[in-house]
Amino acid sequence: MTRMRLRTGAIALLLVLITAPFALAAATATAATAATPRASLTDIESDVMCTSCREPLEVAQSPQADSERAYIRGLIAQGETKSQILNNLVAQYGTAVLGKPPAHGFNLTVYILPPAILVLGAAILAFTLPRWRRRTRAAARARAAPVDTLDPADAERLDQELSRFRG
Amino acid sequence: MPPRKLAYYSPIMRRFAIPAIALAVAVALLALLAFGVAHQGTSSSIDAQVARGDYPAAPGARVQLPILGSSGHESLADFRGKVVVINVFASWCGPCVAEAPILEQEQRQLLKHDATVLGVAYLDNSSDSEQFVQQHGITYPVVRDVSGNFVKGFGATGVPETYVINRQGRVVALRRFQLAGNWLEQTMTRILAQSA
Repeated sequence: MTRMRLRTGAIALLLVLITAPFALAAATATAATAATPRASLTDIESDVMCTSCREPLEVAQSPQADSERAYIRGLIAQGETKSQILNNLVAQYGTAVLGKPPAHGFNLTVYILPPAILVLGAAILAFTLPRWRRRTRAAARARAAPVDTLDPADAERLDQELSRFRG
Repeated sequence: MPPRKLAYYSPIMRRFAIPAIALAVAVALLALLAFGVAHQGTSSSIDAQVARGDYPAAPGARVQLPILGSSGHESLADFRGKVVVINVFASWCGPCVAEAPILEQEQRQLLKHDATVLGVAYLDNSSDSEQFVQQHGITYPVVRDVSGNFVKGFGATGVPETYVINRQGRVVALRRFQLAGNWLEQTMTRILAQSA
């Protein structure tokens, strides 16, 4: 009986000794994750706006900008990632806090118009440039080409007309 | 080889086609810009209407706003029948700090007349707003306008701003920027006397 208890105790001790380092490592990792910043203020500042001064936060100098920065610092200290912080800022300040507006409604024009203008410009150029070049080449050819000789029938008719004037 | 036949365009068409397209695109862009600016909602027409005595209905009366420090929501319509002093504020705003005791003092008087101050936290995060409310011992209800859509209906461009809504739900007075002198006291005395 005593031997049995001793064996059970030894097995339990062995299990504790084997699992303890893993448990310790897991606990340390959890603590490290909570304390390690996963985003930087500089990185976030470039993507958000000071909502009262309507300037990028990275250049804004106002009491609201300072308050926003302090709030972001707090979120960074809590170990939140950049996307979590951006979501949190939207929940607190609305979508106006985002440097790039969300792609829906009227904001879509921000994403659609520039490429559309680019494509339209390219299409106009693609249409007009070959025509301009053709016209320029034709004009150059016309200037450089020798005077066409008349066919024999026309030459004969011209001679007849001229001879009438010459008398 | 016979000469290639080129498509015929009249000289007028050729001369004006590209400028016309460019003009049409420019006009379309300007129209789009005008539309965008017009829908920013920062109209100051409420000021003119109130000044004329042509009191407009309070905008966004049914907009549900989250109550500060709670999961509930409240709208201006919930205060129907009461005189409501809406104060738009933010914790980081110096003039708002200066106004807080004036508004709290006014709230004690308003409660006796079936009226209330309604704080609207704007351009602020909830934790800072809650801290502001605690620090200044604010007892009146406070809601948050995260998107700014509610206050923009009043033409708000910043903080602080104060609007007075009568028992019929109409904007009867407003003040942009900080409350000065005894504007609030005088205005409320007049409005409460009218609606008594």
